[in-house]
Amino acid sequence: MKKTLFEKIWEPHVVDQIDEDLALIYIDLHLVHEVTSPQAFEGLRINSRTVRKPNLTAATIDHNVPTSDRFNIKDPIAKKQIETLRANCKEFGVPLYDIDDINQGIVHVIGPELGLTQPGMTIVCGDSHTSTHGAFGALAFGIGTSEVEHVLATQTLVQKKPKTMAINVNGDLPRGVTPKDLILSIIKEIGVDGGTGHAIEFRGDAFKKMSMEGRMTVCNMTIEGGGRAGMIAPDEKTFEFVQGKKFSPKGSNLDKLMDFWTDLYSDENAEFDTIFDIDCSNLEPHISWGTNPGQVAGINSYVPDPESYSTPEEKSNAQNALDYMGLEAGQKISDIRLDRVFIGSCTNGRLEDLRSAANIIEGKKVDKNVRAMVVPGSGLVKMMAEKEGLDKIFTESGFEWRDAGCSMCLGMNPDILVPQERCASTSNRNFEGRQGKEGRTHLVSPEMAAAAAIEGHFVDVRNWK
Amino acid sequence: MEAFLNHKGLVAPLDRANVDTDQIIPKQFLKRIERTGFGEFAFFDWRYLEPGVPDPDFILNSDRYKSASILVAGTNFGSGSSREHAPWALLDYGFKILIAPSFADIFRTNCFQNGMLTITLDKDKVDYLMGMASSPKYSGYQLEVDLESQILKDGNEFSEKFDIDPFRKESLLKGQDEIGRTLTSENKIDSFESSRIDRW
Ligand code: SF4
Repeated sequence: MKKTLFEKIWEPHVVDQIDEDLALIYIDLHLVHEVTSPQAFEGLRINSRTVRKPNLTAATIDHNVPTSDRFNIKDPIAKKQIETLRANCKEFGVPLYDIDDINQGIVHVIGPELGLTQPGMTIVCGDSHTSTHGAFGALAFGIGTSEVEHVLATQTLVQKKPKTMAINVNGDLPRGVTPKDLILSIIKEIGVDGGTGHAIEFRGDAFKKMSMEGRMTVCNMTIEGGGRAGMIAPDEKTFEFVQGKKFSPKGSNLDKLMDFWTDLYSDENAEFDTIFDIDCSNLEPHISWGTNPGQVAGINSYVPDPESYSTPEEKSNAQNALDYMGLEAGQKISDIRLDRVFIGSCTNGRLEDLRSAANIIEGKKVDKNVRAMVVPGSGLVKMMAEKEGLDKIFTESGFEWRDAGCSMCLGMNPDILVPQERCASTSNRNFEGRQGKEGRTHLVSPEMAAAAAIEGHFVDVRNWK
Repeated sequence: MEAFLNHKGLVAPLDRANVDTDQIIPKQFLKRIERTGFGEFAFFDWRYLEPGVPDPDFILNSDRYKSASILVAGTNFGSGSSREHAPWALLDYGFKILIAPSFADIFRTNCFQNGMLTITLDKDKVDYLMGMASSPKYSGYQLEVDLESQILKDGNEFSEKFDIDPFRKESLLKGQDEIGRTLTSENKIDSFESSRIDRW
């Protein structure tokens, strides 16, 4: 039988087939953060249950943590949530990467950095962007708090077997066009619910040539297209990345795993339930103009006219989005002026992202009407960036250089937009109110965000001085 | 979890597509460490002009829908974050059944985990229900769900069979604790673990 990458991971993880569709699957790695776990630990306590495999579990603090003066958490409810996680980790023996640890950071950034994330694994976290880890050829997806409790107690999860989708990307990404632009254009193509019920495999040369960081950016946003999980077959780059880290497998374990890993690809002619073919050779940098990540347009185009959509539902979606975003149909995308720029998040807060942004702005000054900030995805990213002097480049340009955390990706911490403020953001969601009530978010790549910070409006980085 | 018995209730329409979990419960309310008490924050940004001042234009603020327990909504309801606070908020607000042309995967599972039923129907059927629940002529429009026979009906013309996984159905009917059920096959987990390669 020809098998897809997904099937090659799913099948060996089935502990018990419950019915035709549902299975009890084993979870290799469970990541935990402060927001979606307190009720789960409480559930364990109420039922006198324990954490079955504390060593397959890792916790950190990312959503609530302030990105400056971080030991001084002023919001009492945020503080309580953080302290609750500390107490729970202690009580149940779960390793915690706390605020004072160099390995603290956004949960999806630190998993790969620690070598916890490995090919062929099943990985879950009470967070929808768990799909990020699929970049390593793992089956990784977000779960709710009841499921977090289920995994803590049993190290397994009841799951409906997803359908499979192949997104075949043909051609090479043009110069100056990034994995972020590619995934935004893919979401536009398949729709924000196009991937619902599917595990999506991204295939094609563009991904083979892409760095691990770029692959993480793509898989991270799979959920924005509704996908249950996103994955890319592991290759030499992947195997190299997962070695030499704190939790990397070694010796005979590594040999055994290598046998498994090198077989992790979809067999030729393996069947997928759904297939999309996309050509990326003429792709341009993309920007979201609306309030969902499928409402995007190329830098050289215009804000669309709601009337240009075919169904009444799409028309009213587009109109609502324009009203919320304070944009006019037909407005040039490059004329949109900005108040804020945010570079960071689990989508684009890794070292490579910071390097490309720094490269763009070096020696230039942030526009006087713009407040710009850079928030490294983890303590380690921050340390490495400072070693290379990236922090200097940013601060000399007028960017704020912050401590690691989710920051303005969702504004559960002090970093938020005020009403009507307009922000170019390298994060993943432009939902209403995501970065602050009535705040207006435009999703872009780090390069596009950096150039926009300098100019005060969007520009095409490809032909920008 | 309480067992899901047959349910009859007032229907409220929310005629928007892609209602995401950031809308259902904005992030500033995710810092609580309990499962309860989220109802007052449901749809917060739409519901209030400012804290304590309801927006009269928001449909659920209308007196007609005050006691609604069934919500009809547009496609891709519950997209976005995995926060289970979203179903907690809807449940606490009073909704027991959600009807839409499609739901986001994680949200849907989260609803089941809390004894809420999500019903997926063809868009024209959902549009019909949306019309009935919105029409001034049918104020007090109710629907009735029989989970055992998987029928949704309004006591007049509308009657539809809906799909549900047999396992989820059984869990809802029994109000079963999923963890407790899994732990009954603990020996299978034990033997699975003994065959696993150690990774670190
Ligand atoms: S950076 Fe944003 S998307 Fe990523 S885990 Fe944090 S809040 Fe979620």
